Amino acid sequence: MVMEQPKTGEGGIILTNAEDLMNWARLSSLWPMGFGLACCAIEMMASFASHYDLERFGIFPRPSPRHSDVMIVAGTVTFKMADRVRRLYEQMPEPRYVISMGSCSNCGGPYWDHGYHVVKGVDRIIPVDVYVPGCPPRPEALIGGFMKLQEKIRREHPLAPTYLMEIMANEPVAAQSPAV
Amino acid sequence: MLSNQKVAETLVKKFGDDVFDFEEPYGLLTLSTTREQILPMLEFLFNHEKIKGNFLTDLTGVHFPDWKGQEFAVVYHVHSLVHNFRLRIKVYLSEADLHIPSATPVYSSANWMERETYDFFGIIFDGHPNLIRILNIEEMDYFPMRKQYPLEDATREDKLDALFGR
Repeated sequence: MVMEQPKTGEGGIILTNAEDLMNWARLSSLWPMGFGLACCAIEMMASFASHYDLERFGIFPRPSPRHSDVMIVAGTVTFKMADRVRRLYEQMPEPRYVISMGSCSNCGGPYWDHGYHVVKGVDRIIPVDVYVPGCPPRPEALIGGFMKLQEKIRREHPLAPTYLMEIMANEPVAAQSPAV
Repeated sequence: MLSNQKVAETLVKKFGDDVFDFEEPYGLLTLSTTREQILPMLEFLFNHEKIKGNFLTDLTGVHFPDWKGQEFAVVYHVHSLVHNFRLRIKVYLSEADLHIPSATPVYSSANWMERETYDFFGIIFDGHPNLIRILNIEEMDYFPMRKQYPLEDATREDKLDALFGR
């Protein structure tokens, strides 16, 4: 994508393709859902606040899952919360991404052995794109997680008819049936 | 100004032998009563014109697995916001009969605290409007804060301070 030119203010032409443009738009305005579950949420809020200022990356917390692109699972996911996390995830419009922040949501963390109430990793409930290690991770680590997610989005092919291709691959007989 | 002595005397005058085991750990008046008298006592403290115990700070349970016939205790912390006076009331229950009247007719705030106590200790509060689990999942079929479950292995060596540079 030819976006590296200096901004001269003189206008000009940018040559790109639709896929790169869509990916660039998506990764430049990742809106996370504003919710936190435990102490990781404190670090997450610190990342949003002026000192680390996630908004310079276009990352801006939203009050509703229906506005959101990415869910930061920041903290301990208890069994009681697991249903709610799953429901919030399902309320998010696609494309949706999940960052699992901290040891608790990565794998259960300190509750791995002795927690009667903790889900041993939020990836047992919802698909996770990026795992951020730490207990809790520093804001720099969360920003690093967002960078990883942006890399992932940059490599996506949003315009490829992947679902249609899947159907075609799964039903070769039906696709050929008119000829028979 | 209320003193522990005055409040204790008031309670003894009203409830006689049904208040016992007076203590003052860290200056906090602590006493025990029976299951039959706990609701009248909370009402008395709430409505008493001198004490005005109008705030229920805490309501929780304790498990004493080795105390025969007194395996569980329910603890009430009553606070008089008017006089800045605190009072702790304990009621012991036997494991065979874990029933106690709900404090919700006196303190609405007891609602969730009793649900929590039920959730973690299995103590049943008779007359509670909605006695279901509050923090744990509905499907849970045990009471996790009872002392029948082992604690973390004290001999484990993967949490030594030296490993973390402390």
